[in-house]
Amino acid sequence: MIALPCLVIVPLVGGLLAWIGGRKWPGTRVPWIASLATLCVMTAVLLDVTIRAIGRPGPWLAHFSAPWIPSLGITLRADMDGLSLVLLWLTGVLSFICVLLASRDETQRPGLFQFLLLTTISGVNGVFIATDLFLFLFFWELMLVPMYILIVLWGHEAREAAAIKFFLYTQGGGLLMMLSILGLVLLHYRHTGVLTFDYFALAGTAMSGRASILLMLGFFIAFAVKLPVVPLHVWLPDTHTQAPTAGSVLLAGILLKTGGYGLIRFVVLLFPDATAQITPLAMVLGVVGILYGAWLSLVQTDLKRLIAYSSVSHLGFVLLGVFSGSTLGIEGAVMQMVAHGLSTGALFAIAGSLQDNLHTRDMRRMGGLWGVLPHLSATGLFFAFASLGLPGMANFVGEFLVLLAVWHVSPVIAVLGAFGLVLSAVYSLTMVGRVFMGTRSSDAPRLPDFGFRQMTVFGLTMAVVVLLGLYPRPVLDLVHPTRPDVVSVLSQSAGGNGPG
Amino acid sequence: MGGMLLPMVIAFPLAGSIILLLSAGEMPRRATQLIGPGSVGLSALCALFLASSFLSDPPVSGSFHVVLWHWLTLPGFAAQIALSLDQLSLVMMLVVSCIGFLILVYAAAYMDDDADICRFFAYMTLFVASMLLLVLASDLLALYVGWEGVGLCSYLLVGFWYGELNNALAARKAFVVTRIGDALLFVGLTLIATDVGTLDIPTVLHTIHAGPQTTLGCLLLLGGAMAKSAQVPFQTWLPDAMAGPTPVSALIHAATMVTAGVYMIARLHDLFLASPFTMVACAIVGTVTLLLAAGSALTQTDIKRVLAYSTMSQLGYMYLALGCGSWQGAIFHLVTHAFFKALLFMGAGAVILRMHHEQDMFRMGGLKADMPGVFYAFLAGSVALAGLPLISAGYFSKELILSNAWNLSPLLWFGALSGAFMTALYTFRCVFLTFFGTARGHAHGHTGLAMAIPMSILAVLAIFGGYMQTPAEIGGINMFANLLSPVFGPMREVGGTGLLLIGSLVPIIGVALAWTIWKPRDAVPAPANHPVQQVMRANWGFDAIYNWLLVHPYFTLGALNRRDGLDRISDGITWVMHGGSQVLARMQSGQVRRYAGWIAAGTVIALCLAI
Repeated sequence: MIALPCLVIVPLVGGLLAWIGGRKWPGTRVPWIASLATLCVMTAVLLDVTIRAIGRPGPWLAHFSAPWIPSLGITLRADMDGLSLVLLWLTGVLSFICVLLASRDETQRPGLFQFLLLTTISGVNGVFIATDLFLFLFFWELMLVPMYILIVLWGHEAREAAAIKFFLYTQGGGLLMMLSILGLVLLHYRHTGVLTFDYFALAGTAMSGRASILLMLGFFIAFAVKLPVVPLHVWLPDTHTQAPTAGSVLLAGILLKTGGYGLIRFVVLLFPDATAQITPLAMVLGVVGILYGAWLSLVQTDLKRLIAYSSVSHLGFVLLGVFSGSTLGIEGAVMQMVAHGLSTGALFAIAGSLQDNLHTRDMRRMGGLWGVLPHLSATGLFFAFASLGLPGMANFVGEFLVLLAVWHVSPVIAVLGAFGLVLSAVYSLTMVGRVFMGTRSSDAPRLPDFGFRQMTVFGLTMAVVVLLGLYPRPVLDLVHPTRPDVVSVLSQSAGGNGPG
Repeated sequence: MGGMLLPMVIAFPLAGSIILLLSAGEMPRRATQLIGPGSVGLSALCALFLASSFLSDPPVSGSFHVVLWHWLTLPGFAAQIALSLDQLSLVMMLVVSCIGFLILVYAAAYMDDDADICRFFAYMTLFVASMLLLVLASDLLALYVGWEGVGLCSYLLVGFWYGELNNALAARKAFVVTRIGDALLFVGLTLIATDVGTLDIPTVLHTIHAGPQTTLGCLLLLGGAMAKSAQVPFQTWLPDAMAGPTPVSALIHAATMVTAGVYMIARLHDLFLASPFTMVACAIVGTVTLLLAAGSALTQTDIKRVLAYSTMSQLGYMYLALGCGSWQGAIFHLVTHAFFKALLFMGAGAVILRMHHEQDMFRMGGLKADMPGVFYAFLAGSVALAGLPLISAGYFSKELILSNAWNLSPLLWFGALSGAFMTALYTFRCVFLTFFGTARGHAHGHTGLAMAIPMSILAVLAIFGGYMQTPAEIGGINMFANLLSPVFGPMREVGGTGLLLIGSLVPIIGVALAWTIWKPRDAVPAPANHPVQQVMRANWGFDAIYNWLLVHPYFTLGALNRRDGLDRISDGITWVMHGGSQVLARMQSGQVRRYAGWIAAGTVIALCLAI
């Protein structure tokens, strides 16, 4: 099936076209239109993949494989199961939000901007489907570098320090992961004499308990940095705050989800025994993240920093769910990732719009915006409530399932996690109170409210959040994470080399 | 038929809310005033029709049951969005939709000159829809959706006038304090879901067995209910919530939302029966609350705060009744309280509107002459709240609770009786200060029909509504208890003529005492300022203690750590690297002599090591 590589290639090619377009017709919206068109094509491909997947016996819904470096056992192998499909859709939706809302009015080198944005998206798509570990690592780096450049070139006042911090932390994690991958491959080679980076082949590697814990930790730390897990979260507030709006939306909405995805695919499923050993530690880290993030979120004065710390808190639930050791927990974690992507992505888009208009992120200089910006404020209020886990919205489903799953493992952790629901209400409503309520000085300048374009995009996002909250089954039914020992029926029938 | 109509009861106000929200304030005023009360009116009509068809032709299974859709189906857990109508939810549905309709009609006039009337009605209708979902849900998860939905609307409506920072703070406080209870409820639900594998209410009630697990679950649910109903120690949010427009106080903070906890416990009464400890705790919480709140109500100066504390106190009676196992008593008091407290808030609202948003009773006085209609309505509500014998609805429901309390423990009975005495005292203190004596402020305009008609209807109900259920000595009408007996079983006969007499005399003495203290005098009345009274007025210092113990440490320590101590560790690493590189850089001085020295030193050390 050629569609899977298309998911990676289309944004890459589209990005190049946007860049060329930007150079050829400077001062126009050509790059933006190219970008939008690219996303439309990408969504069409995704739709095609989805429709084909509907009738499949599963659990693997699509497969692609082509030789790359045969002497080292490296192939271009991609497989997609329900988990990948859900996250690919999340990427698609958030890319639209990003491009429609945040990158339209970029005037400074717009072509390059769109190119970097699309390259990141391409990398993320690759991460979600790659089942060759070398290829996975390649995509992992592919989504990192353009994001780094985006922050350095288009970020805010302290962008360079933030970008370097982002790069070092993620790269450090990536390095550990690379060592783990190499270790795993060599271990497999020593046992079987076959050199391969294939996920399915490596899954069966026999190893001692100590070795498996060591290798697992390499993966775990890389994904824990990305998710992020306290205390490895420190890059996140700076990066989110300094990144341009489109960057913040992409980072919070999708890039963090690659951490959660990695934990499920490459930690829990690849090293089930080792995972069980660090479960207590991971649970504690998860609940510490929930409470610590919520606590620090409350005291921030910078709007984007507040949202960033709230992300730390929300993603603590993902860590809890992933390590709860049950399908219920993993389904909850994925739901939480999707919901967090949509709601926090939207909140960053709103914060970005406020910064564009007010030229500040300092909440002490806001207040009373409801009177001047009713549409923006109502949107902000909606997503604030989504993010505090109001039942009927997607975030609640995630948190509920995670805590239900955690309850089986440790009621104490579940109770502490539930206490996070109180703290999330505190910071969310403090934010709403400081930004939208209160009085506004009468001589403040008039501000442009959200118009038709923004309200359409946000309205659709709200609809998705509510729909998933009221009827989460389509997503939950898809997200039965597939164990690697269930080898794809597709790959067998295609002889591992199917052109599509 | 029921299957068709039941979802419509919720759908109408929900649709009204969505229309108003989508119009984003562009809806014309008249249309808003039509859609808001109209959609709830349609819902009330559906509810009445459903009630008549339910009562005339009761379903064989005992309830109408509609499964709307399956929310989740997972290994080990399943939940569905389903509605069910039995006698208990029937009563609640009628209270919410019909009283809700009256209050919305009143509100259409009350909010007539507010620029944001569209947003107001959008929230109000959304509230009615959520509350109806709460009372009709047959799955605890769906109930929880409604439970948080009403909390959301309460937040939005308390902070409706967003321009005042204090309103925003009051709204946040209301939401966060109830959210603590919600978290307890949430944990309780998780516990039950883990135990039973579903939150479907009939299934849960069938699979219960007494044990520590059940007691823990019941205590958690009780905690959630207490926060929603502003019971001690969660009561601090309700007085501040009076910052919202007065119709909001009437609908949300008197008639419906705060009684959601009472409803939930009554709904799950089989579960609570399996945990006697929780029942006793519930009765004690109710008694403590009704006494503390009545004490606070006695010392307030703001008319809405008097009513807020009295709501708390009356809710305390309901919790006492629940703790005694008198489910009918609790629900009966819930209904009569909805009549008279909604009426009192409407009356207070009419006064406040005509006094140009003055709420201090000590600046009112003599309003009887200026607004006789409002006075008589308010008086009817006050008579009912004070529970004056025979001529008020509150009398019958309070008597039922008092006699049940006697049955459980004379001590609780005495507490409730003292509460009844204080209720009469503070209620008529409010009446005498506001409507009697010399005028200390000026009333303007007049109260229109749209406000007068709902008040008159409720006044009639507040006076005569109690004759649904009377003690054996006064007719022995058992309409209400018989209606609910399929849910709760037959009502126990408790009490006696002696108790009844004492219970009837106490409110009269209270009113008489109120007259001797606060009867019109020449001197302008002033609020008493004894330190004890100041403590009572400030809600017995609960707010101060919470601020000192919880809120301040949380904020202050957070502010100290604003820059994230963990981040400083990473800064520390940077600093060490930087410093280290400086030191190493200094070695590259470019001086050959120094390099030669280093080489020589290295050689010597290497040799030493080798030897």
